[in-house]
Amino acid sequence: MDIVDPTVFRLAIFVLAIFVGYYVVWSVTPALHTPLMAVTNAISSVIIVGALIAAGPADMNLAKIFGFVAIVLASVNIFGGFLVTQRMLAMYKKKQK
Amino acid sequence: MSANFTALAYLVSAILFILSLRGLSSPESSRRGNVMGMLGMAIAIVVTILSPNVLSYEWIIGGILVGGAIGAVIAQRIAMTAMPQLVAAFHSLVGLAAVLVAAAAFYNPEAYGIVDAGGELKVLSRVEMGIGIVVGAITFSGSIVAFTKLQGLVSGNPVVFPGQHMLNLLIGIGILGLIVWFCMDMNPTVFWAMTALAFLIGFLIIIPIGGADMPVVVSMLNSYSGWAAAGIGFTLENTALIIVGALVGSSGAILSYIMCKAMNRSFFSVILGGFGGEEGGAGPAQQTDRPFKAGSADDASFILKNAGKVIIVPGYGLAVAQAQHALREMVDELKEEGVDVAYAIHPVAGRMPGHMNVLLAEASVPYDEVFELEEINSDFSTADVALVIGANDVTNPAARDDPQSPIYGMPILDVDKARTVLFVKRSMSAGYAGIDNELFYKDNTMMLFGDAKKMVEDIMKGF
Repeated sequence: MDIVDPTVFRLAIFVLAIFVGYYVVWSVTPALHTPLMAVTNAISSVIIVGALIAAGPADMNLAKIFGFVAIVLASVNIFGGFLVTQRMLAMYKKKQK
Repeated sequence: MSANFTALAYLVSAILFILSLRGLSSPESSRRGNVMGMLGMAIAIVVTILSPNVLSYEWIIGGILVGGAIGAVIAQRIAMTAMPQLVAAFHSLVGLAAVLVAAAAFYNPEAYGIVDAGGELKVLSRVEMGIGIVVGAITFSGSIVAFTKLQGLVSGNPVVFPGQHMLNLLIGIGILGLIVWFCMDMNPTVFWAMTALAFLIGFLIIIPIGGADMPVVVSMLNSYSGWAAAGIGFTLENTALIIVGALVGSSGAILSYIMCKAMNRSFFSVILGGFGGEEGGAGPAQQTDRPFKAGSADDASFILKNAGKVIIVPGYGLAVAQAQHALREMVDELKEEGVDVAYAIHPVAGRMPGHMNVLLAEASVPYDEVFELEEINSDFSTADVALVIGANDVTNPAARDDPQSPIYGMPILDVDKARTVLFVKRSMSAGYAGIDNELFYKDNTMMLFGDAKKMVEDIMKGF
């Protein structure tokens, strides 16, 4: 029997995730659009998982150096992105009655 | 740890990321959402480190510590007015990280288990890698240009030259050709040529875009950084990356759409560029010979104090003058006088989506006093005073009434419907779009000339 290529499954996940993103992002209040950009920035740095695998092998090679630099860059983003988002969100306060 | 377990853990991460975005639907739930995002990231990193492919930890821990420390310091120090350039700089890092990860996968595909029986990178993975690296490189160089423009390191004016679009088109075709070549021949020269051309096009497509369009550009690059992550996710067969890439990609696309709509510009015309230089005011003749009414801070205090309902329209000029805090103090005093005060925010009031809301929140303005255009626009007709500070084009009635106006069709705040309009401004000069504001010459408008901060403080003295 013909087997479905796993890439097709990944494509299905991708397309469904676009729909999830579409509906979730429309529900974000416009007042929080700047934190939204900061946090999407932080989570897109999940690309660090690719860098971790590159930097993971025991022996030294070119890929490991690329991986290391990518880890540094992505970490700047992860920590910077989440912390600056937290700093912004902490400023949003309700009216004191 | 088994591959299945890792994949399931990535799914948990992805769900936590979705919930972190969902949390942003209200300020109360947003802080919890952000924590979920952090948790999702921690899970993704830990399970990857524990996977059997990762055998040495020194470089990994060192890299995370160095990068994390830099990121944490930046996050604490950055001024809220500088958020747009910070976000642009962060986008460039995602883009560069995507390029580096793709390069790592190119030089050591065995580590990712993406080789075929002959030990070569699978053809499908090559296509995905080509797309991922090109989008990543464009995100990187494009964001660098956006950063330098927003930071004021280079002029915000559009850079245009003859044959620009033709050149971009040729480079674009060249990149596509190289991707095809790369799929057939895994030559490092082709790989790097493709990357270099993508860096170049990223640079070239952002330089013609003017300062006024930067909110769209930042949102667009946000979207690109997501698509780059998704592209790399396909190459590495990693579902967490694919899902996150799709989320971020659609988020950035929606924000670009909202920004374009708020400026009544088509996405395509923004991309083609050439609009919205800082010197925009040089266009049509300044009609300062028309009669208008100017007032003093004392007049303004009197009017505000005796009003029942005041709507404040802040623009980016408010933040430039550092007047947010003074404004909030003035509003506090007005509220003590029993005046009902609300803030009206136009979507492009700041330099990026939602920027003005953050600036007001920083000045301790409660978020439930701040309203979006659709929420508050009908209230202007019942307001006694509309106080415009640091905004201009977004209040121009010509956008609503005059089909000849270059900004016709742009949604505006209907401040002219308020009984009295107080307009704080340095001079009678035109705004970003380079056109005169009809509002200045209306009978119910009083111009208050001066620096926004000083004017607000002077008004306060009169209470």
